[in-house]
Amino acid sequence: MSRMDRIEVLNILKRHITREIVVGVYSTGADWLEVNDRPLNYFSVGAMGLGSSHGLGLAIARPERKVVILDGDGSLLMNLSGLVTVGKMAPKNYLHFVFKNATYEANGGHPIVNQDVDFEGVARAAHFPHTATVSDIAEFEKRLPDWLKQDGPTFVCLEIAQGKIGPRPYDEMYKQSRRIALREALNADA
Amino acid sequence: MDDAKPAPAALHGASIISAIKDAGIQYILSVPDLHTSKGLLFPIAQDKDLKLIRVCKEDETLGISAGLSYGDIKSLILVQYTGFLYAMNAIRGVALEQKQPAIFMVGLLGKEPGVEPQKSKRYGVRILEPILDVLPMKRILIETDADVPLIRPAIEEALASSKSLAILIGGKPL
Repeated sequence: MSRMDRIEVLNILKRHITREIVVGVYSTGADWLEVNDRPLNYFSVGAMGLGSSHGLGLAIARPERKVVILDGDGSLLMNLSGLVTVGKMAPKNYLHFVFKNATYEANGGHPIVNQDVDFEGVARAAHFPHTATVSDIAEFEKRLPDWLKQDGPTFVCLEIAQGKIGPRPYDEMYKQSRRIALREALNADA
Repeated sequence: MDDAKPAPAALHGASIISAIKDAGIQYILSVPDLHTSKGLLFPIAQDKDLKLIRVCKEDETLGISAGLSYGDIKSLILVQYTGFLYAMNAIRGVALEQKQPAIFMVGLLGKEPGVEPQKSKRYGVRILEPILDVLPMKRILIETDADVPLIRPAIEEALASSKSLAILIGGKPL
C-alpha cells in the first residue's frame, strides 16, 4: 500500500491555511512546527490523546474559525471516546486529521496495538457527518479545500509513511509563550 | 434524656448552582457521579443559563476546558473523586505543567456526613486531600449550605491567578 509523506502533506496544508487554529500533537505537531511556525498554532496537549478534546473546546470557543486537529494514530487510540464527545457536540468548524503510520513514533517506534484499525469507521460510528480515508497525495490536495470549507465535524484518516522517531523538540512546542501568542492573536483579530 | 443526634445540616444543589453562576461559570463538563447526580447534574442539565457538555471520561475535560478558555469561556468540571483520580495525568500535564487552570467540583461519594475527608473509612476519599496538597492544588470543602459562600470567591481567585481549584462536595446535595 502506498503511503504519503507527512512533510509533503503538511506543506500542502500550509498553502491552504490562513485564519484557522491548528492543534498539533507530538510528532505530527513537531513536523507542523517545522513547516509552519505561526501564532495560530496550539500545542498544549500535555497528556497524550487529548488533541480532539482541546480541539473541541477551541471550536466551541471560537465558532468563527475552523479548528484543524493534526493528530497521531497512537494518540487518538488513547482517547477514542473523544470522538464520541465531538460527534455529539458536532461543532461545524471542527476538522480532524489523524496521521496513520501505525507506529508510536514519539515512543521509540513501536507498532500501535492494532495496525489495521479503521479510524474512519470509528468516526463514522461516532456520527461525524463527513469522513474519509486517503493514502494518495494528489487526492489529499484535491479534497483539502472542500474539507476546510464545508461544515463539519469532519474526520479524515491520512495514511502516511513512518517519519522521524522521537524525541522531538517538545519543550519548544509546549512553551507557554506560544499559548500566550495564540491568545493575543485571537484577541487582536476578534 | 434525649440522646438522639441532630440531623446533619443540609446542602442544597440550588445554592451551589447559584454560586457557580455568580462566579461566571458558563459551561459544565461532566461525567455522572452518584453523589451529585440528583442535586447538581440533573438540575444543571435543565438550567437555561448553563451549558452542559457530557464527556465519556474525565481526562477529556482538561482539554475542553483549556480550549474554551481561548474564547474567555469559564467552565467547571463536575466529576466524582474516582474520575478526578482517573484524570490525574491530564491534570498534571494540562492544568499544572502547562498552566491552563481547571476548576473542579469533586463529589466525595461515600464520605460519612460531618467526617473530615482524611478520616473517612473510604480509601479513595481519604487519600484525595493529600494528593491535592502534593500537586499542589487549592481546595475548599463544601459540607453544608453554610459553606456555599466559599465557592464564588474561590473560583474568582483561582481564575484571576491562573491557578486550578478543587471544590470538594462532602455533603450530598439535595
